[in-house]
Amino acid sequence: MESKYYISAYCHIKNGAISVNGIPDFKDDTEAFAPFAKKAYYALKIEHPKFFKMDNLGKLAFIAAEALLKTEYTQEIEENIALVFSNRSASLDTDRKHQASIGNMEAFYPSPAVFVYTLPNICLGEISIRHSLRSENSFFIFDRFNAEHLMLYSNSLLQEKKAEKVLCGWVDFDAEDYEAFLYLVGMEGNIENSIQEINRLYNIL
Amino acid sequence: MHRIFLSYNNIISNLGFDSKTVVDNIANGISGLESIENPALLPEAFCASMISSEKLNESFEPLGNPMDFTKLEQMMILSLQHTIKASKTKLDDKVGLIISTTKGNINVLENDTAFPKSRAYLSMLGKTIQNFFGFKNEAIVISNACVSGILAISAAKKFIIQGKYDKVFIVSGDLVSKFVLSGFHSFQALSSSPCRPYDKSRNGINLGEVASSVLVTVSDINFPTEAVEILGDATCNDANHISGPSRTGEGLYRSVIGAIKDADVQVGDIDYISAHGTATSFNDEMEAIAFDRLALTHVPINSLKGYFGHTLGASGLLETIIGMHQVDRNVVFASKGFNELGVSRKIYIVDQNLGKELKIFLKTASGFGGCNTAAIFKKVNG
Repeated sequence: MESKYYISAYCHIKNGAISVNGIPDFKDDTEAFAPFAKKAYYALKIEHPKFFKMDNLGKLAFIAAEALLKTEYTQEIEENIALVFSNRSASLDTDRKHQASIGNMEAFYPSPAVFVYTLPNICLGEISIRHSLRSENSFFIFDRFNAEHLMLYSNSLLQEKKAEKVLCGWVDFDAEDYEAFLYLVGMEGNIENSIQEINRLYNIL
Repeated sequence: MHRIFLSYNNIISNLGFDSKTVVDNIANGISGLESIENPALLPEAFCASMISSEKLNESFEPLGNPMDFTKLEQMMILSLQHTIKASKTKLDDKVGLIISTTKGNINVLENDTAFPKSRAYLSMLGKTIQNFFGFKNEAIVISNACVSGILAISAAKKFIIQGKYDKVFIVSGDLVSKFVLSGFHSFQALSSSPCRPYDKSRNGINLGEVASSVLVTVSDINFPTEAVEILGDATCNDANHISGPSRTGEGLYRSVIGAIKDADVQVGDIDYISAHGTATSFNDEMEAIAFDRLALTHVPINSLKGYFGHTLGASGLLETIIGMHQVDRNVVFASKGFNELGVSRKIYIVDQNLGKELKIFLKTASGFGGCNTAAIFKKVNG
C-alpha cells in the first residue's frame, strides 16, 4: 500500500546520548539515568519545574518529545499533534517502587505521587500539558518495537483527519535500561511513513 | 465504505460468567459489590466486586490446568473462549487479537505468588492468551488507563479499515489487587460503602474485577441480536492535569464532539449515554459540565459502576457490552447507587429501569493522564 504520509523529524535517546534527525544533540557520560536526565533538562533549557516530580519513564518521554518538537517548531505549537507511544515494560519501573511501598504491612506507605505514575500513558498527559496538545492519545505495549502497528494507527488518524500530525514511537524504561525513539508523521517530509523506513530510522544508531 | 460491528460477546464477573446472566442480574437490580475484609489486600474493610477463585478454577478446568494460569489469564481465556466459540470464527491470519488492561498480572510482583515476576510484563500476558488459542497474529496490548476498553474498540476499527484484519477479538480485564487498592487508598479515593455515582453523598470509588470480550467484525452475517455498528469514536486529552479531570470537561467535551462528527450523527440522535461515573467528587462533576456543554442534559444517563465497581482497563468494554444489551432490550438500567443529584448541572440520571426505544448510544470514559474517549454505537436489528 502506497503511503501518503511522511516522517519529518525523529529523535533517539540511548546510552546517555540524545540525537535529533541522526545528529548528536546532547551527550553525557553519566551511567545512571537520573543525573543524565537532569543534565539534559538544563542543556535543552526546558524550564518546566514539574519535570522533577515525574518518574523515569515520564522524564525520558518528556525529554525526547521536547528535543524533537523544539527542533521542529520555533514558534508555539498550534497543530493538532496526536501522541501514539509504545513500549515493552509499561510502567514497571515505577510499579516496582509502588510495590516496595506496600510490600510489608508493617511499613505500609503508598504515596499518590508514586501511584499516579503506575500507568504508562501518564507520560502522554505530561507532554500534552507541556505543549497544550488536546489530541488523540494511545499507549501500546509490544514485546519489541512494532513499526507496522504504529504505521497503521498513525495513517488511520491522518486519513480520518483526527490529527494533523502524529508523534509516534517507543519509550521504554526498565531497571537502568532506557531507550526512546520518537518520530513525527504528517503530510510533508523527506522520509516515507513505511514499515521499512520506520525500522531503518529506529536502527540508525 | 467500511461498516464495522461489535458482535458476539462475553462477560466474566461475580454477576455471572456469561453476558445474558450478568445483564439479567443488572435488570433485576442486583449488584456485584460486597463488603470485603481481607488485610492481605487492604488494612481496612473495603467494598468491591471480586470473582471467587474457586468458582473460576472450576470453570477453567475443562480448558486447562488452573495452576498454569494466573487469575486474570483464567478470566480472560474463559471469556474469550466463549466469544470465539459463539462466533464460530477460524483464527486465520486476518484475525487480530487486542488486549486491554491497566495492570495485567500485577499481583505477581508480590513475593509469595506461584508465578515469576516476569509474568507482569504485559506482552507476556498477550503471548499467553495468543498461544492458548493459536492466534496467528501477535497480541496487541493497549494500556491507557481507564479508557483502554473503548480505545481497544477504536483501535480494532482502525486496523480493520487499514486492511490489516477482517476481524479482531478484544479481551479486556483487570484485577482487584493490593497494588491498586493501596494506590487509590493513598489518594483517599476509595469508598467503603457501595459507590454512588452522581449522587449528593458520593464519597469515592469501589474497585471491581472483570474480564470481558467482544468480536469486532466487518461481516454482517451471523450476528447475535445485541450486535451494534460502531458509527464513530474520538479520544482527546485534557492537557490540564495528570490525575485530576479538567474543570471545564474540555477533553471529554471534545472527544464527544469528535465522535459525533466521526459518526456523522446529530446530538439529537443520541438515545442513551453510558457514562463513566466513578463516584468521585471531581469526575462526576466534570462529566456533568461536559454533558451540559454538549446539550445532552435531556438524554438518559447511567453509570454501571454501582453494579461492578470500577473495573479499570475492562470498564470501557464491559460497559459497552452492557450498552449493547440495553439497546437490544430497549431499556436503560437504573444508575445503581443514585438517589439525589449531586452535580452542578441538571443531567438526567436514571434512577429506575427506563423502558425506551433505543437505537443509538454514546459511551464515554475518562482516566488518569487526562485521557477521554467517546464512541457512538447503533443497533443493528431494528
